[in-house]
Amino acid sequence: MKDRVAALLHQQAVCYRLQLKVLSTSAFEGFLAVLFPLMFATAALLVYRIDGDPESMQYAGLGAAIMGMWTCQGVVASSLLSRERWAGTLELLVAAPTSLTRILVPMTMAMSTIGLYSVVATIAWERWVFDIRLEIDNWFLFVVSVLMAAVTLATVGFFLSVTAIRYRTSWALGAALEYPGWLLCGFVIPVSLLPDWVQPLSWAIPTTWAMDAIRASANGGSPWADLAVCAATGAVYAVAAAYLGRRLVDSARRHATLALT
Amino acid sequence: MSAVEALDLGRTFRTQSGLLRRSRERVEAVRGVSFTIEPGELYGLLGPNGAGKTTTIKMLITLLLPSSGSARVLGHDVVDDVREVRRRIGYVFGGDRGLYERLSALDNLRYFSELYGVPPREQKARIGSLLELVGLTGREKERVEGYSRGMRQRLHIARGLLHDPDVLFLDEPSIGIDPVGARELRATIGSLRDQGKTVLLTTHYMFEADELCDRIAVIRAGEIVAEGTPSQLKERVGDGRVVEIETYGVPPGTVDTLGALPGVRSVAVEERGQQQVLIVSVEADAEVTQAVLGRLGDVRVGRVAAREPTLEDAYVALVTGS
Repeated sequence: MKDRVAALLHQQAVCYRLQLKVLSTSAFEGFLAVLFPLMFATAALLVYRIDGDPESMQYAGLGAAIMGMWTCQGVVASSLLSRERWAGTLELLVAAPTSLTRILVPMTMAMSTIGLYSVVATIAWERWVFDIRLEIDNWFLFVVSVLMAAVTLATVGFFLSVTAIRYRTSWALGAALEYPGWLLCGFVIPVSLLPDWVQPLSWAIPTTWAMDAIRASANGGSPWADLAVCAATGAVYAVAAAYLGRRLVDSARRHATLALT
Repeated sequence: MSAVEALDLGRTFRTQSGLLRRSRERVEAVRGVSFTIEPGELYGLLGPNGAGKTTTIKMLITLLLPSSGSARVLGHDVVDDVREVRRRIGYVFGGDRGLYERLSALDNLRYFSELYGVPPREQKARIGSLLELVGLTGREKERVEGYSRGMRQRLHIARGLLHDPDVLFLDEPSIGIDPVGARELRATIGSLRDQGKTVLLTTHYMFEADELCDRIAVIRAGEIVAEGTPSQLKERVGDGRVVEIETYGVPPGTVDTLGALPGVRSVAVEERGQQQVLIVSVEADAEVTQAVLGRLGDVRVGRVAAREPTLEDAYVALVTGS
């Protein structure tokens, strides 16, 4: 049992490190990963700056930081398995005796790491270009909340990515969710301002709760309730993705879609 | 117990065409294929493009569900016992894809070692010996994107052998490789048999099959049309002769016309630059050269030669249905 756990941890650590290497060794993609979150954050902050209200800037500054994570993690994660498909490695992954969940977890965690980088980069950009010094009441809880946002967003990405096993163009789903996600997760406007019928959609995304937890920890409130709901919704996505992954692999074997590009 | 058993294996695909008026078609890619491969045997599956070779392999390696029939690998059913089959087999396909381009060969092998359950303590030695086997020692730290096709193919083979599988499926591994690379690859495949591995190899290259395979099955339009050792297959046309006629500008329909001549078993056309070489397989005692030349009429004819049949002639005769 002890050996099996050690082997599992070794497997996950090695796969995480190598997937991170795959994701971070393209200079061009690295440049885009730097540029996009900063561009979006700039647009949001320029709009909020008109008011001249420091509280609004704090609100937008925190939201913009996580907005970059949503873009470069949640959206890109949906194309993770499409990349494998184009590289011809998807069949090899499916043909491996390791379960698809154990293959996808380190992949999405590697993507989370890129997402965390975008949070740090955006906060530095806000300070350097807009002279926004984010007031963080409790740094420990703030970091915990950001990490929770990264992990649960990985589970959303995991959920979106498994659909690519069966449907070749499902990567477009992630792209389609990019801008609605900014509104739904409350990055730049409060969820309470959205129409009543839209709000349940927001509550179904763990990032909404993570965003609330981040704001609470920055503003001196308690983030624990939001973190608990965030973890629970994230877990639902993870379980659903694991189940869906198995079903979609069976479907792909029936319909012969694994090798199609 | 056989290493691989396929019994009446079939696979049907549904295709769609048209945008507004959608028409659906059923394509039978594999129709009731049956064969067995004994442990330690190197078995070849030969056939033209679209004959069903890859589809058959993909059913055996659990990537496709059969529409009919059944198959077992080392006694495990490929539909019900997927995980056990996957643990015991290796799969290598030809071409440039199937590797992480931005990683080194070493990192590619490390990654797949983890996915194929190679114990961490054994990985270093195992990867080292496989790099040695495929001749990539010293180049293992370079990124795969800089590798030649031959190097990639050898890396594919190393990847397929990482978990020391009992059965290896090689799907056209030498496709697109230069002659020197192909020779090295054949030597590598030959050494697998020496190690006692069971290998199922698909290829278009007759000399490759002739050199490597213990037994060969020829597949045409989803059905096995012949099976036996290379010598047995050659014997099918062994009592005949092959007449090769170099021509320039053979009109369409000539093959059918020549094929109808008495004593002619099959006719194939091979393009060689400006020339079309007619390969006419004839019965041993038949004298057809004058009749063939007569039917060619005004077509410009070059060299005419007769020779003994090869495995390729047997293959052509089988896949053209003559």
